[in-house]
Formats: sequence, C-alpha cells, structure tokens
Amino acid sequence: MSGLRVERVEGLRVLSTREAPADARLVDDFTPSLIDVGAHHLCPGCGEPIAMRSVLEIIEELGVINRAIGIFGIGCYTGFSNNLDCEVLQALHGRAPSLATGVKRAKPDTVVFTIQGDGDMVNEGLQEVIHTAARGERVTCIMLNNGVFGETGGHITATTVLGQRTKNTLEGRDGREHGYPIRLSNMLADLEGVAFVGRCAVNSAGNVARTRKMIQRAFEAQLNDEGFSFVEILTMCPTGWFIETQEAPEYLTDKLAATHTLGVVKDIAAR
Amino acid sequence: MTSELMEGSGAIAEAMIAAGCRFFAGYPMTPFTEVLEHMAKRLPVVGGACVNAESELEAIGMAWGAAATGTRAATGSTGQGLSLMQESIAEAAMAHLPLVILNMARAQGDYFQATRGGGHGDYRTPVLAPMDVAEATQLAQLAFHIADTWRNPVVFFGDYYLAHTYQSVDIQPIDFGPVPAKDWALDGSSSGSGRAKLVSPLGDTKQRDNVGYDLSDYYMRAAAKTTAMIEGLDRLVDIGHCDDADLVVVAFGTAGKYVRYAVDQLRAEGHRVGYVRPISLFPFPDAALRDAATGAKLVAVYENNQGQMIDDVRLSLEGAVPVRFIGGLSLDSSGFGIAPDFDVEVLRRRIDAVLTDLGGTP
Repeated sequence: MSGLRVERVEGLRVLSTREAPADARLVDDFTPSLIDVGAHHLCPGCGEPIAMRSVLEIIEELGVINRAIGIFGIGCYTGFSNNLDCEVLQALHGRAPSLATGVKRAKPDTVVFTIQGDGDMVNEGLQEVIHTAARGERVTCIMLNNGVFGETGGHITATTVLGQRTKNTLEGRDGREHGYPIRLSNMLADLEGVAFVGRCAVNSAGNVARTRKMIQRAFEAQLNDEGFSFVEILTMCPTGWFIETQEAPEYLTDKLAATHTLGVVKDIAAR
Repeated sequence: MTSELMEGSGAIAEAMIAAGCRFFAGYPMTPFTEVLEHMAKRLPVVGGACVNAESELEAIGMAWGAAATGTRAATGSTGQGLSLMQESIAEAAMAHLPLVILNMARAQGDYFQATRGGGHGDYRTPVLAPMDVAEATQLAQLAFHIADTWRNPVVFFGDYYLAHTYQSVDIQPIDFGPVPAKDWALDGSSSGSGRAKLVSPLGDTKQRDNVGYDLSDYYMRAAAKTTAMIEGLDRLVDIGHCDDADLVVVAFGTAGKYVRYAVDQLRAEGHRVGYVRPISLFPFPDAALRDAATGAKLVAVYENNQGQMIDDVRLSLEGAVPVRFIGGLSLDSSGFGIAPDFDVEVLRRRIDAVLTDLGGTP
C-alpha cells in the first residue's frame, strides 16, 4: 500500500514530482499495518502524515492495537479518521479530550489517544485539554502543532509565532495587536495530574526518532496508570506558511521551534 | 414491590440507574444540580462513573465518548446549559449516538429549545415530558430505550417541580423489549482487525473500501433514518373527558397535571370540558389531539410561557378547531422556581372564562 498503489484511489495524483518508471516494482512496504490507505489529500511537505504514522507505529510496537481508540479533532488530519485500521471516534472541533474522558472512564481497559491540531486544541478547545490534564485522565493527547490553521488556508492560531505572516496577520503576528503565542506544553506541565509532556518535531530523521520516543513514553504513562500524558509534535505546513515545500523543515527549526522549544518538558518517571 | 418517598431528582437518578445508565457527566445548575449529586453518589456504587465536568460543553462531550463505547450514558442541565450543548447534540445525532439529555428546565420557556433544538443541521431529538415524579421514573427509563432503538439523542424534559417534589415511588427496571445490538460500539477490539470501526458525524464509510467521506450521501441517509424514527416512535399522550367536550385544554409537564386536576373538577361539576396532555413533545401527538378535539368548539392551550407549544397544537389541528392561549409566564422572584399560576383555582378561573365565552353552563 505504498505510493505505487495510489492509482486505486480515483482522482488523486501521485505525490512524487515525477512519474514512476514503467518497470518500477514494489520492493518493500513500510506502511504501518494500522494505515488502510497510504494515499492522502494532504499537501506535499506536510508533517502531519509523519506524525500520524509515528503514533500508529508506536501503538503497534507496544502491542496494544486491539485496545486502541483514537479520538480525532477537526483539521487537515481529520482526513486520516477514515483511512486507519484503528477505531476512531470523531469529535467536534476542540472537543476530543472530553470524548476521550468519556471513553476511558466507561472502558478503562482501552488505550485512548486524541489527535488534534493547534487550532483545535489551543484555540477552540483549550479548556478541554487543560481540565483533562488536571484530572489526570489516563489518556494521551497528541497535538500536531504547525502554528497555523492549515485547513482554512493559513490563518493565525494561538500558537502562531511572533512575526509569522498569515492570511489574517498579513504583516506578521504582532504581540500587541494579535496577542502572544501560547506554549501549551509548558502550561500543562505545571498540572499535578500530568505524568509526561514532550515537545518534538518531524522535520528531520533525528527529530522523528525523538518524536517516536516521546510518543512511546506518553503511551507508557497511560498504560502504567501514571497520569495524563501529552505530546506536542511540531509539523511542517509549507502551504499555510506560504513558503516553498523544501524550505519548511528549516523554517520549522528557525521559527516555530524557536518559540516552542523542543524537548521533554515533564516526566514524573525521571524524578 | 416497596415504595419509597423520594425527591424527584433522586428518583430520576435511580430510574436512570435502573435503566442501566452507567455513565453520567454534568455541571451544577438549578434545578438540575440534585440529579448530578445523586448520580455522583450512586454511579460508583453500581460500577459506573460520574464525572464533574468543567462545563456543560465537556459534560456532553464526556457522555458522547461514553455512549460511543456502547455504555448507557446521560448528561443534562437546565436551559442555559442546554444552550451550550446544542452543537454537540446536533453532531451526536449525526453520529447516531444514543444519549439521554436531561433538560431540567426553568419554567416552560425552553419548550422550543427542547423540541426544535438549537443545533445545526437536519436532526431531531425525541422529547419526553413527565407530569410528576412517578411518571418521570418511567420516562427516564424509556428515554434510554428510545435512544438505543434509534441511535439518537433523547431529551427528557423536567422542571423545578419535578426536581424537588417528594413522591412515593417504586422504581423497578422496566422491560420495553429488545433494542438493536450495539455492534457499532467502540472498545478498541476491532483495531488491527482490518475492519476497525468508525463513529463519526462525517460518515461511516472508509477509504479502504474506496469510499471516503461523502457528506451528501451520509446526510441523505441520516435524514432517512431521522424520518424513520419520527414515523416509528410512539406518540405518547394522556387524554381525558374529550368525547363530548366543547372545550379541550392542552397542557404538558407539571402544568399538565394541574390542568388535568382542574378539568376533572369542572367535568365532575357537569362542564363539557376535556384535556389533552402531550407526553412526547416530539414527535407531537398530533393525530391523537386532532381526534380528541373533533367536535369541540375550541381548544385552549395552557403553558408557563408566552406561547410555544401552541404552535404544535395549531399545526396538529390544521385549522379544524379554533385555538386560544390561556397560559402566560408565571414566576417567583428566582425566575424559575414556584409558578404562582400553578394553582387549581387560578387554572379553573382561566378555563371557566373560556367556557363562559362558549356559552357552556352545566
């Protein structure tokens, strides 16, 4: 189900910039088993598929597939809600953490995670994630933070960094005019119910490896009944950042990660 | 069979537990608060969970999540809190989630909110309105049965009187018959099976079947399901003395009980008056009302608001019988507690005045 088979999805173009040669053959398939259809509608250079894939790989590696339920917010990543071989409960914009709470309280043996963007989690549903964290719900919330409303075409969110140009901050985000970015991971880390908080990125092989480690630790915190766990994954959005695709990984490091610093923010097991 | 004197809020809570409700979430607000108190106390004892949500937005989100696992789940509030929940009620209906929502209303001004809903899209929610605590213990159970039968949110419409009146009740689980198996419910076990389940207001089809979300297709199917529900639901109504009545008085909920008593008295005195008390406010018992009003000179509507259910009465009668409003907002200083007009003498005078206009003397 790798890129060579996308022709089965009508209307979709192969994401590669060149056609595969006629004699090309599939030599291996790295698609995680929990992804039904590898082809997606997201833009070239988007970081969300890498993040999504990392989450699914960890669920598989931890051996908790048949207990896993994902709660999806509304954003570009919502496109994954119907192409995973993982149970999905679709939430309203911003409301995934309360749904996750209901699922987990009703079925404590499940492994529950949310997939939300920065607009979903920090704008629309900020109180949801804060209270879910404060209650120490045994769920794992994953925020895909690209600092922009990607799905609407590039608008300011609560995590947009100062100076960043968006469609409704044309001259760049000005703190005095548009407010200052919220560092959600740092806010959540202060809450007693929280076992693990990490901020990572998917803009390089090394960062993807670190992302996978944080996701694994976050799920382990849930499985070990330690408390709420949270992973903020910085993802590229060249479309919403209005830059060339190949510039996005560097832009992430220079701009997004300069405000939203990478690293483990809290781990109660490390004390 | 042992009856126990119980406050309405506690009786509703016990009835929900008898119906198998094992998840509840809420945010305190009068007159809903005591139901939350009882559920917080009782659910952990019976192996359920009750979460004190940070707002009504999250309360219904939590109930939505629990309902998605196949657990009988409920939430509630009063009108203001229900206003906050409307977006979720609409989407939960589109996601086909069986949820029970208590609307412990302040007076009867939330009739439109309950019966029309304030959410987006082409959805409807069945609404049940008991007249007293005993009936509430039955309808609270029926609400779960309807929700599971039609995979749709159901609104239970109560009020301050229902919440705080003590009545002797015997709460036993009621068998309303089988409900469809919840083969759609999530527990994680279908993940990795190749047929992982999806519960979404955006659709139930997956890309692996070469079908992504098609909102046009999904909304059309959801609309057909809603229509089937409306046509399939029993329209519940309490009718009395209407066979030869010149005047039929319509009232619901607590007001319905007062009106029924007043009409009983007037009928005993020889007045040709009957009553109709809609129990399911949606779907409205339109045919039953039309039949009951056949031959009547006038239909009078009493409700503790400025006239909301009267719209449904007019729609039901389709002009066959004239309709007159004899209700009106009646409040104490709290704005939602005791209604001074909920007094049999007051209601008798209102009905008497109509009878006099009709020239009806015994």
